[in-house]
Amino acid sequence: MKLTDQEQAMLDGRDGKAKQKAMDLLVRYGEALGAERLVDTRNVCGTLGASTPFLRQYGQSRGGLDAVFSEFNLDSTEVVEIPKVAVFSSHLQHGIDPEHAERQGVPVEVVKLHRKGEAWAAGLGVQLLNTCAPYTVGNVPTRGEHCAWMESSAVIYINSVLGARTNAEGRESTGSAMLTGKIPYWGYHIEENRLGTHLVELDLDVQSTADWGLLGYYIGEVVQDRVPVVTGVREVPNLARLKHFGAAAASSGGVEMYHLAGITPEAPSLEAAFGKNRPVEKFRYGRAERRIAYEAANVTAKSPNVDFIMLGCPHYTIEQIWELCKLLEGKKLSPNTEMWIFTPRQTKHLADQNGYTKIITDAGAHLMSDTCSAMGRLIPKGAKVAAADSVKQAHYLPAIMGIECWFGTTADCVDAAVSGRWSGGID
Amino acid sequence: MDKARKIVLRGRKVVGGCAEGEALVTRQRISGWGGIDPRSGTVIETRHELKGVSFKGKVLVFPGAKGSSGWSAQFHVARLAGAAPIAMVFNEMTTKIALGAVVAHAPSVTDFDQDPLQIIETGDWVKVDGDRGIVEVTKKA
Repeated sequence: MKLTDQEQAMLDGRDGKAKQKAMDLLVRYGEALGAERLVDTRNVCGTLGASTPFLRQYGQSRGGLDAVFSEFNLDSTEVVEIPKVAVFSSHLQHGIDPEHAERQGVPVEVVKLHRKGEAWAAGLGVQLLNTCAPYTVGNVPTRGEHCAWMESSAVIYINSVLGARTNAEGRESTGSAMLTGKIPYWGYHIEENRLGTHLVELDLDVQSTADWGLLGYYIGEVVQDRVPVVTGVREVPNLARLKHFGAAAASSGGVEMYHLAGITPEAPSLEAAFGKNRPVEKFRYGRAERRIAYEAANVTAKSPNVDFIMLGCPHYTIEQIWELCKLLEGKKLSPNTEMWIFTPRQTKHLADQNGYTKIITDAGAHLMSDTCSAMGRLIPKGAKVAAADSVKQAHYLPAIMGIECWFGTTADCVDAAVSGRWSGGID
Repeated sequence: MDKARKIVLRGRKVVGGCAEGEALVTRQRISGWGGIDPRSGTVIETRHELKGVSFKGKVLVFPGAKGSSGWSAQFHVARLAGAAPIAMVFNEMTTKIALGAVVAHAPSVTDFDQDPLQIIETGDWVKVDGDRGIVEVTKKA
């Protein structure tokens, strides 16, 4: 890989041990990819969390948070002192919500450790956005901006909807990018790799957020990690719909970039979306395909006796909280169910201010932030059958927690929360 | 050993070093976060053909990575827990797999002259020379 003089100097240790380790990881990673060079980035989203049992134990036995960052963010066995971040860096979601730790079954000592970790990260200059959806709370990259983000649902969103440029980075590469402002110039940083590869023709009206999730789930399964171009979208989808669409496509497959012809910024037309590429495959999405996706999303669900409703994957926007409150206001949850809703901490403040938190609490549900069930392995004690309005959560939660999970619309989930029984379905 | 039963594949280095062991082969891509239990190296994805099977100490032969960007962190933990694959052989380059192979410190090769998924079967003995980009396969009896 070709390095600039500045990059070579960092690799030689001129800027200290931590940056040397960061550059060493970026060079090993870039060479593994087959990248020819690095690119400058001034927008990094990653995670520094150390509250999972394995990392907790690691930090305690190796001497604290510098040791955790050295190993898990720089791939350095040698413990180096971590300097302040060099570029604008945001923290993604965590493993717990310290404000709801007791309900989430998180011990007090873990909360203490978590808060210590947060203070440490803030001290480095890391923005504590604490969400999988930073683009909903002020980190909105510009079209063409080179970023180094992890979190697959956020990566696909900023690439496709905003036209920013990032690959799905990992914990170690984003840690290294925070300290150096560099990331391998590969994949979706390069114009031609962003062109469409597969054509998807819609045969039905995709309307609800749940419908957009199913469409994403189906497409991801077919195209895996390629670049689908969707045509025939009749109504321009909002942020929440595309958030769920992308999250689902990045779960069943590894989609990091897509185009909606005539809608997303790099697809003013179908021709522009494909550029010099010819579609390697064309397929339709109609009622039959929607049913296949629905059944795949519900593959673990057997018992109609729902005891846990999980909403907010990826983290709910304020619009989704408002919509939920319209469904929930004046109702009471069944004594047999718990409902947890996850949103960024900033959005939670807005919900408090707008009276939504009260509507949610009055119904017997809980508005949480910073984490989610799958991420933190957090479910109510004894929960066996979950329900979610996110295909991504329905995909991951059963695998991670060994429970059943229904997928349906937000309204289906609210019905289940109130009645304790799942009665969702599609035609 | 019978020489005629050895097959050599040539590819490109991803991570250097040498390792040999029994192959575990899947035609399905593997998810890291939410797809494996890093402490045992077991695949946990609901609809995966390797669900319940561990890659600990095996040469993992697979198409590539999918899913969450927590891929590398999961394989990183698997290495520290002693549950990572000892080597990786795969077809599709992505940032997830490149970073995952690097932090797993597992000799890894890709971009082959022949498709490893057509040649290697679970149980074959596979020697991976990451630096030279060479994978030597001894078919199981």
